[in-house]
Amino acid sequence: MDFTPYLRPAAIGVMIFITFNALIIASAILVLAERKIMGFIQQRYGPYLVGPWGLMQPFADILKLLFKEELRPKGADKWLFTLAPVLAIVTAFVAFATVPFGAQTDLFGLLDEPIKLGISDVNVGVLVVFAVTSMGVYGIVLAGWSSNSKYALFGGLRASAQMISYELAYATSLAAVIMLAGSLSLREVVDRQQGYWDLFGVLPVPKWYVFLQPFGFLIYVIAGVAETNRAPFDFPEAEQELVAGFNTEYSSVRFAMFPQAEYINMVTMSAVATDLFLGGWHGPFLPPEYGWIWFLVKVGLILFAYIWVRWTVPRYRYDQLMTFGWKWLFPAAVLNLIVTAALVLYFNA
Amino acid sequence: MPETFAFYMFAAIAVGASVLVIGQRNPMYSVLLLIASFGALSGLYIQLDAPFVAVAQIIIYAGAIMVLFLFVVMLLNAPREDAAEWDRTHPLRQPGVTRWGTLLAGLLIVQLAMALGKMSELGAPVAGRSDAATTGSVTELGRSLFTRHTFAFEATSILILVAMIGATVLARREDQ
Repeated sequence: MDFTPYLRPAAIGVMIFITFNALIIASAILVLAERKIMGFIQQRYGPYLVGPWGLMQPFADILKLLFKEELRPKGADKWLFTLAPVLAIVTAFVAFATVPFGAQTDLFGLLDEPIKLGISDVNVGVLVVFAVTSMGVYGIVLAGWSSNSKYALFGGLRASAQMISYELAYATSLAAVIMLAGSLSLREVVDRQQGYWDLFGVLPVPKWYVFLQPFGFLIYVIAGVAETNRAPFDFPEAEQELVAGFNTEYSSVRFAMFPQAEYINMVTMSAVATDLFLGGWHGPFLPPEYGWIWFLVKVGLILFAYIWVRWTVPRYRYDQLMTFGWKWLFPAAVLNLIVTAALVLYFNA
Repeated sequence: MPETFAFYMFAAIAVGASVLVIGQRNPMYSVLLLIASFGALSGLYIQLDAPFVAVAQIIIYAGAIMVLFLFVVMLLNAPREDAAEWDRTHPLRQPGVTRWGTLLAGLLIVQLAMALGKMSELGAPVAGRSDAATTGSVTELGRSLFTRHTFAFEATSILILVAMIGATVLARREDQ
């Protein structure tokens, strides 16, 4: 029997399977990395009892959460209380669907035509990621509202206000890169960053957009931290004011879905930053078919910076967050966009 | 065939969710059903080979405007609406308003019936048009928006500004 016609759909299925599981494993690694790095920064060991060097800590965490009792407050909205964590995690997974993470592979000669690494290549890929991420806030907002608790409600309120404020700067910084690349497809944006400039004729500098868009990259990263509700912008769960914020009333697996969604969103944010600003899978030394290793390295570095910032910078005040978002970050992003547009027009003409 | 099935599925969700939006007593559910309706509309846009419009629909309506709606509903912590609680003095219960409303609703139904009658001449709703691919392209969309349709574009922005000022004036408290 000839299996050739089934190989391609099967390969896409394998790609979805790998991406899905890679995201789950990444969130487990991030749980451990966060606690280890936090320990290092605070000059203590971090988890070290479960397994060698505490490596099995994420599994202990998830087992503990699985065996906990699932509680629902009496006045909670039954449907939305259940829907909210599911919505949060589903949008987190779906957002990664259009993020490419490598050049192409023929699966060691198994396929006639090589398949591209990444689940789907849409010609408006950047916008799809943005759209799905912006839907993720509903999980948090609904969790806050349906819990019927004042702390959770305030967490949800803050999440929605914060999301609207920082989405503008986020989208505007994306738009500047899209103008440079002249394409909305993430794969094409990455391919435009191939090659090197020869600085002063001797120093090869990779053609990454971070060198053309340093401010854009900075704005993207700051807005990205705010979009994923990470410290110093983690107001939806500000402990000293709101107990645990939007997830105060959650327990067991339903609770576990929120941090996991947050970690997966961090991975997506870092992967998009890598694709847009850091040249994706292009890098020296490695042959192109192993470019995904470069991709993992770059994403890992951004994720490390995420954790580093969380345990270094204290949380801002809520009014500072709004002032910074509307009076500094958004005008800066618009200015960056206008300057980029003018330069692109000038050099293309 | 799968396209036809997908069309009827999206259409059913869009219409069903929109009807339920009006039927809900809890404003929170209305907002969520409206989001579902927008999502289904975006699916229909994808079927029309207009992925940009589909994604823009999600980003602008479902992602930004509805978050704002949700924010307001949560901030006011709006109680369940109850038609019985509306007293006779409510501005929407005045006889003149009701009469005008009925007239306009009747007009809308007649117009819809006429439009549906014309639709059979245009062919099946799912049938792909040859120029659909070009209307979906972002470059083409931007070009036509800022050249051919500049006036409509600018007029719409003024309309939105007027609506915003109108809302502010209406919401202003009288005693100030």
